[in-house]
Amino acid sequence: MKRKVYMTGGFNTISMGTGRKEFHPKKPRPGLEDYIRKAGKGTLDQIGGADNVDEGVIGNFMASRFNKQANLPGFVPYIDEKLQWKPATSVEGACASGGLALISGIKSVLAETADVVLSLGVEVQNTVKAMYCADILAGAGWYQNRKNGHAYFFPGQNSDRAGAYYEKVGYDKARSGMKQWFINAMENARLDETAQEHQNKVADLGALYDKLKPNGTAFVDHLNVLDCSKVSDGASAIAICSEEGLERTGVDKKDAIEVMGFAQSIRNITNAPTDLTELETIKKASQRALENAGITIDQVGTIETHDCFSIAGVLSTEAIGLAKDGEGWDYVASGNTARDGKMPMNTTGGLIGWGHPTGATGVHQAVTIWQQLTGKAGKSQIKITDDRPYGMTINMGGDDVTVVAIVYKRA
Amino acid sequence: MTYEERIQNVSVIGAAGKMGSGILLLTALEMTDLSLLPENKEKTFVLNAIDVSPEGLSGLMKYLREQVRKTAEKKIVWLRKMYATRDDLVENYDIINEYIFDALNIVRPVSTISAAYASNIIFEAVSENRALKVKLLSDIDNHNSNNPWYFTNTSSVPIGLIEDEANLKGRVIGFHFYNPPAVQRLVELIKTDNTLVEVVEFSHLYAKKLRKIIVPSNDFAGFIGNGHFMRDALHGMNEAQALATEKNIPLYKAIYIINKVTQDYLVRPMGIFQLIDYVGIDVVQFILGVMNPFFKDEDLHSELLDKMMLQGTKGGQMSSGAQKDGFLKYKGARVTSVWDIHKQEYVDIDKFQEECNEMMGNMPDSAVDWKSIIRNKNKDTLLSGFFNDLKSSENLGAKTAISYGKKSMEIANKLVADQVAQEVDHVNTVMLTGFFHAYGPVNNFFE
Repeated sequence: MKRKVYMTGGFNTISMGTGRKEFHPKKPRPGLEDYIRKAGKGTLDQIGGADNVDEGVIGNFMASRFNKQANLPGFVPYIDEKLQWKPATSVEGACASGGLALISGIKSVLAETADVVLSLGVEVQNTVKAMYCADILAGAGWYQNRKNGHAYFFPGQNSDRAGAYYEKVGYDKARSGMKQWFINAMENARLDETAQEHQNKVADLGALYDKLKPNGTAFVDHLNVLDCSKVSDGASAIAICSEEGLERTGVDKKDAIEVMGFAQSIRNITNAPTDLTELETIKKASQRALENAGITIDQVGTIETHDCFSIAGVLSTEAIGLAKDGEGWDYVASGNTARDGKMPMNTTGGLIGWGHPTGATGVHQAVTIWQQLTGKAGKSQIKITDDRPYGMTINMGGDDVTVVAIVYKRA
Repeated sequence: MTYEERIQNVSVIGAAGKMGSGILLLTALEMTDLSLLPENKEKTFVLNAIDVSPEGLSGLMKYLREQVRKTAEKKIVWLRKMYATRDDLVENYDIINEYIFDALNIVRPVSTISAAYASNIIFEAVSENRALKVKLLSDIDNHNSNNPWYFTNTSSVPIGLIEDEANLKGRVIGFHFYNPPAVQRLVELIKTDNTLVEVVEFSHLYAKKLRKIIVPSNDFAGFIGNGHFMRDALHGMNEAQALATEKNIPLYKAIYIINKVTQDYLVRPMGIFQLIDYVGIDVVQFILGVMNPFFKDEDLHSELLDKMMLQGTKGGQMSSGAQKDGFLKYKGARVTSVWDIHKQEYVDIDKFQEECNEMMGNMPDSAVDWKSIIRNKNKDTLLSGFFNDLKSSENLGAKTAISYGKKSMEIANKLVADQVAQEVDHVNTVMLTGFFHAYGPVNNFFE
């Protein structure tokens, strides 16, 4: 990269939805603007205020339907009046909108049009019930496929992937990996106070998982509800800075991470995946991000990957190159991705455990990596060793369509 | 005539009432689902919602729209398949709205009984008034050339009397839903001596499709459900009065104690006085009045209820489903005070509950509450542990509970001895499913 790019001042709101005690579907809740303001202020407070910010970016997927709201840049000055009259933009790439908000900020810094960018992701989805939420989220697929798709469109697509994976490696093996993915997600989420599953108290997660057999009559053929991320309201924010920008904020370098490389890859949305058991776009984006950073996967100490479904988590271990083709289930089932495993993944719970406010997820992933690499992860903190000092985020929009991968290191 | 042919034209009389609206909803859903099957695409289904109250019918349509939406949301996976050929319906939202329209499009809200003259099936859910039921059913039967079948949601009047007086000749059956019909799974099925086999078969198929549990009851006033509940309620009221005399305490304190014994000690969803309030003091009094003439060896009558009625405290529910004050006064689901029949005012529970609880004595540590136990796999072991501790206790609460449990069993056994119920299991099923008890009245807990 021709210029050093840093991230600092990460902030997450609570991921609100079922699972949180304070969530009540019938009671009034904070709106889209409240989440934007809360996350934005959370970051501004850490970087010396809004005066230091040159530009704002909001990543969001479907406020136009969940909240009947477009023109989101208009909410950047709502965070702080001092942001009024400054540039702001919003970006959309389904569930990778947050990742795009990060990349947009990185590019502004690289283009030298800004030295400090406030990048924010937000989604407030509990405005509708799950079956209508499925309609809205289906917009991440090709609209021409909606009619013949499943009522729960994305669970349906990932159910097809899971079904193909069962055929390839065997049902029990595949399920054992997916089960462990779920268990890791819950155990990690319990450690993070902002996680949607923070208050999860299920004594025997494995038994619960085994009990809920996939049932196509009520839901989808090859997944149970525990294989899926939940409906979430939430926002995350982080500041993206140049060297000068970081100095301006007064943040100590040790409290920042450096972006070592990033990549974005897009698959044609009108095509079906070539192989349902392969996440091809994740494979390309993560490889290129590592290449751009000039490192190999062995130097990475922790990864935040896009586990909107447990099957996506398992398949991503193969796509990233951690496990061989068809062996991701074993890699996960053997504990490699647990917080004390070889490659701790999704250490604050990921999408299944922390929550999946779709447009916010990509930014949340960066915040988690920032926390882990700078020692700010509290109870979630894992040990980052000198031989593997890098962190990586992989944010996916749609069914392996829009993917953003970023590699980081403590500054 | 097949099941589908017969159910193409149905009338529900008293459709805007609490029971009628539930029956109408369930039947509308069943008819709509049938209408979506490919083989039924060309058929027209008609469901007359007949009620004397235009306001009631207007409220009914709103209720239906809400409830049909909830149902549609739950079965969206199936609905997408049913509407697969409709290219104009893409999202779940479109499909659910179409289903709501299709369901409401079957329903014809009317205030004239003549709408029922073309029906094959008549569900009768008017108030528990024998003369009214007979009048309506005979009127329809005189004008309807289809030889329709009558399903009467009667909870106490013997069906055979209605059959005779309306001259229905075997084309009638008691089909007694529990309140609210859309939620409660129990249906008491009451044949008369003449009920046609085909009517019984249809009843079973229809109940199965509505996912109801059928318990057969013989045709004795009150059947199984009210047969047990009414006697249990009378016992509760008698116990309260006896306790007041014996301990020389005001009746409202005794009412508090018996209500607590029947809820907390007997692990029931509600205490007996709360249940009387829930059903309605007027309704309980009325049903006792219907039943009493049929039982020569018993006096099914309560002066306490008569007094309550005279004092204007009737219980029952508001149209919103909220509980009206009766023996007890409520704030939400919580009981706040008890009616003092002498001073004719409510007495705040806080003023006397400590004293009463002390009189009752401590609950053993093994105590379990209804909510936590109702779905517990080790329910029987836990209950047995608790009740055993009660049996070995000399506390007032414990002793009253054990004798109450025995009385409840005696009532259940008498229903079998009197041939109201064919077997003990039927009584237990009614109390477990219709009254949500955690255990049947016939058990080994209180021996």
